[in-house]
Amino acid sequence: MDNNKRPFSQDTSRAPISQRGQEVETIGRGASKAKIKITIDDIEIKVPAGITILEAAKSVNIKIPTLCQHDDLCLAGVCRMCVVEVEGQRTLQAACSYPISEPVNVKTYSPRVRRARHNIIQLLLKNHYGECYSCSRNNNCELQSLAKEYGVSTYKFGHIDNPRYEKDTSSYSVERDMDKCVLCRRCVRTCIDLQEVGVLEAADRGSGTKIVTYMDKPLEDVICINCGQCINRCPTGALKAKDPSQAVWEAIDDPSKHVVMQTAPSPRAAIGEEFGLPPGTSVTKKLNTAIKRMGFDRAFDTNFTADLTIMEEGTELLLRLKKALVDKDKNVALPLFTSCSPGWVKYIEYFYPEKLNHLSTAKSPQQMFGAVVKTWYAKTNNIDPKNIVSVSLMPCSAKKFECERPEMNASGFRDVDHALTTRELAGMIKECGIDLPNLPESNFDDPLGTGTGAALIFGATGGVMEAAIRTAYEIVSGSEVPFDKLRITPVRGMDGVRTAEIPIKKAVDAWKFLEGATLKVMIGHGTANAKKIMDMLCQGELEGYHFIEIMACPGGCLGGGGQPIPTSPEIREARAKAIYAEEEGLPYRKSHENPFIKKIYKDFLVEGPCGRTSHKLLHTSYTARGKWIGKEKGNRKKA
Amino acid sequence: MKIGREGPVIFSEIEPYAGLKNALNLGKTKVRDTVRDSNLKGRGGAGFPTGLKWNFVAVSPAEKKYVVCNADEGEPGTFKDRVLLTEYPGLFLEGMIIGAFSIGAKQGFLYLRGEYKSFLGILEKKLEEMRKDGVLGTDIMGKKGFSFDIEIRMGSGAYVCGEETALIESIEGNRGEPRNRPPFPANTGYNGYPTVVNNVETFAVVTHILVKGAEWFKSIGTEKSAGSKLLSISGDCKKPGVYEIPFGTSIKEILKMADAKDTKAVQVGGASGVCIAKSRFDRKIAYEDLSTGGSFIIFNQSRNIIDAAKNFLQFFEEESCGQCTPCREGIPVLLEGVEMLKAGECTQVYLKELLSLSETMQLASKCGLGQSAPNMFISVIDNFKKEYTLSKVNKKEKKFNG
Ligand SMILES: Cc1cc2nc3c(=O)[nH]c(=O)nc-3n(C[C@H](O)[C@H](O)[C@H](O)COP(=O)(O)O)c2cc1C
Ligand code: SF4
Ligand code: SF4
Ligand code: SF4
Ligand code: SF4
Ligand code: FES
Repeated sequence: MDNNKRPFSQDTSRAPISQRGQEVETIGRGASKAKIKITIDDIEIKVPAGITILEAAKSVNIKIPTLCQHDDLCLAGVCRMCVVEVEGQRTLQAACSYPISEPVNVKTYSPRVRRARHNIIQLLLKNHYGECYSCSRNNNCELQSLAKEYGVSTYKFGHIDNPRYEKDTSSYSVERDMDKCVLCRRCVRTCIDLQEVGVLEAADRGSGTKIVTYMDKPLEDVICINCGQCINRCPTGALKAKDPSQAVWEAIDDPSKHVVMQTAPSPRAAIGEEFGLPPGTSVTKKLNTAIKRMGFDRAFDTNFTADLTIMEEGTELLLRLKKALVDKDKNVALPLFTSCSPGWVKYIEYFYPEKLNHLSTAKSPQQMFGAVVKTWYAKTNNIDPKNIVSVSLMPCSAKKFECERPEMNASGFRDVDHALTTRELAGMIKECGIDLPNLPESNFDDPLGTGTGAALIFGATGGVMEAAIRTAYEIVSGSEVPFDKLRITPVRGMDGVRTAEIPIKKAVDAWKFLEGATLKVMIGHGTANAKKIMDMLCQGELEGYHFIEIMACPGGCLGGGGQPIPTSPEIREARAKAIYAEEEGLPYRKSHENPFIKKIYKDFLVEGPCGRTSHKLLHTSYTARGKWIGKEKGNRKKA
Repeated sequence: MKIGREGPVIFSEIEPYAGLKNALNLGKTKVRDTVRDSNLKGRGGAGFPTGLKWNFVAVSPAEKKYVVCNADEGEPGTFKDRVLLTEYPGLFLEGMIIGAFSIGAKQGFLYLRGEYKSFLGILEKKLEEMRKDGVLGTDIMGKKGFSFDIEIRMGSGAYVCGEETALIESIEGNRGEPRNRPPFPANTGYNGYPTVVNNVETFAVVTHILVKGAEWFKSIGTEKSAGSKLLSISGDCKKPGVYEIPFGTSIKEILKMADAKDTKAVQVGGASGVCIAKSRFDRKIAYEDLSTGGSFIIFNQSRNIIDAAKNFLQFFEEESCGQCTPCREGIPVLLEGVEMLKAGECTQVYLKELLSLSETMQLASKCGLGQSAPNMFISVIDNFKKEYTLSKVNKKEKKFNG
């Protein structure tokens, strides 16, 4: 199998060895490179040894129904939807987890298989308490689709009358309704293997089995980092993000409110999927039209504050380097870690609280935006900030939690009032009857509507790094980064951990001490990879590294917990491609060249990046939470 | 537990370590050949040819290999391993050493049922004694380079942990849940290394085979089932206990040995086995007829078979690990079905659905537990038609489909 087509979790350490890859070491090891002749539904094909029956069937366009299998996750083989006949085997075999190591003859739709599929769906529906019409996953639910595909017309084995579980709505980001859970354990595998957080686990046995948090505590009180990756992989409506759209409607409907929308970079490359467009279709300008038609007063661009983040974080990095290298200050924490991913921020607060000094104090673009809109924008436009309702469109469920952090009231008000996910905004657009794919295009509004290409690529893993290098390199050396078309390819891609080295041959006078130095950077995405990097840091293995980008979600924000469902490596790659393509068409591609960035530093943040006003509005502090579980040190907003 | 009958294999006399000595003289390959030629099949229930299993592991180029003895004995009505564990510990431990020698393992585990904690003392003592005797440790019996030791791991009381892959998960310190198979433990077992898992009795038999030879072993039993089987006989009889019977012995003969009168049915193979009605008492214990891990439960005429089925299903409902859909969700449906049958509320139509569900559970469940959970239900429906009456009105059907 192609190495980078392996499940993302292959890179991680928690999955049992036998389940880590969908690959088996055959008895005569090394044989796995061989091709094996197999027959599926009378079609003869040759497949590489070690791939599963499911993958083999896919290659000849035979669809085998699945529920617990997910391309991002290690295999589980628990739902048994995918069972098929394998000649010579007494029982049916799970196609998703049957590795081909010798010639096999497979039938994917024998009478026994069909009966099994019908019965299994019936068993799942029996305990499924929930109404599709009121469910967040109506029309995009794998259980519902299976029921439809298999023509379920009655509940053969009966149906539950009452809910069995209390809904858990304690978290600011993720809501759990276990009455809709089919126990596929994708969330468990996501949280443990992909994210290495591990707050979800299967507990109890038999028909009492359920997915629980540590000691069955509310999600709010355990070490959930709010990343929402579990939501993206749940086949049903058992997991959903906390939806603030009702409150947003109320604000829009209130004439005394000035409702502004900021759009993060990655939703624009994904929201089309909610309207049937293929993954990787960017709809930025149509989205602006939709936002205005819905009744928002302004359509702004988070990219503006992403550029601002680069200015602040880049300056912070250079200042730290100066302190360390020139002032020989031993207490400077290097490497510096990015801080724009709130899931990652919470991860380090929980798991590596003693390393918080490595985290950039710069706020995320969302929160910088919130702080600027209720100060600079309010002042220059003569709007009372208390009447501004600041809404964000985010690919992320952790952004909801971020808005709630007590530190995020720098403007004197709550900086961002509501964070909508891509899915939630799509729902609101549909509710208005707006046909997004066929809208005319329109631009963002000024003054917070101009962002550079460097900001746009924040949406992909490695993007913040690339943007930062473009600016920092130029500040230090006085010339543009030496990469064709500004494409800093070493930091791009989907490998879990990537490193790059950028030599600085020449430096301007102010940064002479960096002449001849080599900037060493590292990028990680998915908190399982963050863990690897943090463990290296703790082992002292990151000596010599300067700057490290970490995004909590696989693929970066474009794979965020608020993005359209489903997700897969292919979908994320398509979104990334769209973002990089759109970037190259933008008039400005370096954060420091953004004319409105220049303006804000001239008119408002007059002490410059990392200056006094910046510090007040655009920088923050963190809470060393530790893995202690409970309310006091937990996530609840302090009174 | 009383030994009801001392049979021709397990309970025949042999010198301690004679099997191991022979094995070391024969060499690894010849040991495996002997086990293969003896036609020994696993005594834990599944009946997989032991020689074949050992060979898979032996030929693997992996740098580490393991031997695991499955002493989880959780099947209701089984207590034959207990006798070996307490009264003949040297016998199966020697078998483990022979296995380790022939496949190239340096480390073995004895996975002991949680409820057998009280045997820990006996077993630890025996292991210590064997270390002193030089049959555990380094350069065993003077054989340069052959080192092996055995560690005891306690089970936690879950029946499913007797399933070999769940057992391995449990030894690795995880929740005891069966893995996907393939890959089998012989390929990807403990910590990902090839691992032989065998039942206590299987290892005990190996020792005898190495002393007396494959031909001797094959002369006992039937053509397809060589040797003898330990049965744990319980229920309505005068002489319950552990019996060693040659394969091919009929139920009728066994009932006679145990002095059972007025027998209505026999449950062969425990909760996961099948229930045999009186008319079929000529059936024989053998892999080709009635295969069993050792449980043999006798019901006399006063017993209600439907209740027995219900009991077993309740057992399974509690013991299912809850991983896979057919087992987790199917067992409660069958349990409800049994209750409907008992109350005379099940219709022909619904019964058909339940049998279809049973088929699905047998075919699509992830491990042997779910695959065998409906066996008793099917036996009752097929063989004990007199025990239930069907109804014309299905309450359920009315509610959901009407
Ligand atoms: C639910 C379940 C429980 C089992 N319990 C036991 C057990 O207690 N002891 C045992 O030896 N085998 C048990 N087995 C069978 C083992 O999985 C495995 O086949 C056996 O240990 C292999 O040894 P053998 O080849 O010597 O029989 C169980 C299987 C299942 C599916
Ligand atoms: S989870 Fe799926 S099947 Fe269940 S109510 Fe929601 S949409 Fe319907
Ligand atoms: S939101 Fe993230 S951390 Fe929280 S349970 Fe889901 S996957 Fe785990
Ligand atoms: S919550 Fe969703 S992902 Fe998790 S086990 Fe249930 S259905 Fe599967
Ligand atoms: S069949 Fe039952 S015991 Fe076996 S894996 Fe499935 S749920 Fe667990
Ligand atoms: S998809 Fe194969 S068992 Fe669930």
